[in-house]
Amino acid sequence: MSKKKIATVWLAGCSGCHMSLLDMDERILDVAKLADIVKSPIVDGKNFPEVDVALVEGAVASDEHLREIKHIREHSKILISLGDCAVTGNVASLRNLVTKEAALARAYLEAESNEQGVIPDSPEIQKLIDRVMPLHEVVKVDYYIPGCPPSADLIFYVLSEILNDRVPNLDQGKKIKYG
Amino acid sequence: MTVFPIWIKEKKLNMVEQKINQKITISPVTRIEGHAKITLQLNDRGEVQAARFHVNEFRGFEKFCEGRLYTEMPSITPRICGICPVSHAISSAKACEMIMRVQVPYPGHLLRRLVHLGQIISSHALSFFHLSSPDMLLGWDYDPAKRNIIGIAEKFPDVAKRGIRLRKFGQEISERLTGKKVHAMGIVAGGFGYPLAEEQRQTLLNWIPEALETTKIGLDIYKKYYDQHAQEVDSFANFETLHLGLIGPNGEHELYDGNLRMVDGSGTIVGEQLKSENYLDFIAERPVKWSYLKYPYYKPFGFPDGFYRVGPLARLNVASKMRTPSAQEEFKNFKALGNGRPVHGSFYFHYARLIETLTCIELAKEILNDPQILSYEIQAFAQRNQTEGIGCSEAPRGTLFHHYTTDENGVLIKVNLLIATGQNNPAMNRSVLEVAKQYVNGKDVREGALNRVEAAIRCYDPCLSCSTHAVGTMPLIIEIQDCRGEVLNVIKRGG
Repeated sequence: MSKKKIATVWLAGCSGCHMSLLDMDERILDVAKLADIVKSPIVDGKNFPEVDVALVEGAVASDEHLREIKHIREHSKILISLGDCAVTGNVASLRNLVTKEAALARAYLEAESNEQGVIPDSPEIQKLIDRVMPLHEVVKVDYYIPGCPPSADLIFYVLSEILNDRVPNLDQGKKIKYG
Repeated sequence: MTVFPIWIKEKKLNMVEQKINQKITISPVTRIEGHAKITLQLNDRGEVQAARFHVNEFRGFEKFCEGRLYTEMPSITPRICGICPVSHAISSAKACEMIMRVQVPYPGHLLRRLVHLGQIISSHALSFFHLSSPDMLLGWDYDPAKRNIIGIAEKFPDVAKRGIRLRKFGQEISERLTGKKVHAMGIVAGGFGYPLAEEQRQTLLNWIPEALETTKIGLDIYKKYYDQHAQEVDSFANFETLHLGLIGPNGEHELYDGNLRMVDGSGTIVGEQLKSENYLDFIAERPVKWSYLKYPYYKPFGFPDGFYRVGPLARLNVASKMRTPSAQEEFKNFKALGNGRPVHGSFYFHYARLIETLTCIELAKEILNDPQILSYEIQAFAQRNQTEGIGCSEAPRGTLFHHYTTDENGVLIKVNLLIATGQNNPAMNRSVLEVAKQYVNGKDVREGALNRVEAAIRCYDPCLSCSTHAVGTMPLIIEIQDCRGEVLNVIKRGG
């Protein structure tokens, strides 16, 4: 059997879920024995490889995120929403309480420390979309791992079940919680 | 498309625009914490003319926190960054404490300091062992698919295991004080939420010798690399800027409290014991079109002469001495590099980071041995007493400011955040340019050379994204375009 492939992706989030992945500590080397961790954050989507498992942290907040998550869905057998921002929108979606224009204006035009203002806008940087969304509003999601962030133990459990072709049991006793 | 680097003074702009006719895009940058792209612009002779580091992320905390109670901020703002959440919590709690005019009890400070040290240890360990040691141990031109912590585990299993455990030590401090490794609760306005149990204190104390030993192994790796590549290390993105960092009352190295010191490129102190509450008097920022990161500068020197750096290198450059013995010994060697002047070479960030790791572990030991560390007197309570609060602390990557304005009910009406990586933004761009000039020539770009351009950014350990960049490879796409945006050549690596 060929080695499985994993990708981990970061959209609009804080990287805390990826820190929790790293908090698997030495067990990362165990995961690396079961699967190749191929990398991801993509720009035009052309190079995202076919993977068995994609772990996606963060909500969908920009045009690039929209393209990325659709592309990832097409090229992943199993897509996992990793952490509260991916699962519910969480802190990233607090932006939905205001308009994106107001959010940008506050940071780039009105901030007390600004001596002059201009809103970032160029082809090299992503454009915000009007409403921040959790992943399942855009694509089909196979598993949800809530938590801000989910614990390393929980992530390791889910990964090792999937990599051994078992269905993870996320019902009970696994310290599943939001926040 | 018109492109020019912001640090080039206005009068030179026209000249630069005419020469640019090719553009290289490196995206995404691997093995840094971030969503970022680099563009290199070549002139008609194929020489690198300009470089830009595009930061591609914006979530809008400054706006969407308006209307919330200020006391929520120490639990919302850590979500800005999962690598330095503790620094956000501390700067935020301090801003709240100014609004409340409350004094944190000494044991509360001790516990906060301890979690803060843990975060810096784990962040620095990640930066050195997971992200940067592959370049030093495996080489710049090593197979990109294996130039990561997994590759290190294959070739140097002991180093990989130790690095992982050093990061774990930092994370465990948080776990054992608060029950959580990332986004720990407990750092609250007025102090700290949980007392420390004796059993946990003992476990952490027992870990200290191993942590010190691993850091010394890190220093050996760095020094061995330095001995073999002294010239490259020294010339790597070496340019003068100002440096900013917290210091104690006698100019000693400080991470949690204290006032700020700014030194200029020659090491002269230009701002001494600056109070963070007055940050608007000496720091201003300029947003740019092409990045979500702004360009901060030291106000008295103006733009762009006032560009300054923050983080480990800057903190060691502003400090007069370290507060712990082993770190002080290394600090003397560090200072000798500058020969009385600041150390400007960007590669020395790695050295500075290791010296800071040493001092953090030694300080953690001191705190764990403090007779008051098990006290229950860890939080003071008060209501709001004024409308404005400013809090400041050092994040692993540099000085961090939180500034809140509330109405008379404590509801936030204005939030301003000055983040560490933002303050290194001008220097990161400059570093990429310097290195690209040295290593990239023409549109046929060698893989090793591109890695060096990325490495210039990695020196600053920018906190923009995730660190599983550490455990895999990512396809890297470089587009070389002409001035009309037509692709002349596409180079891919990895994947």
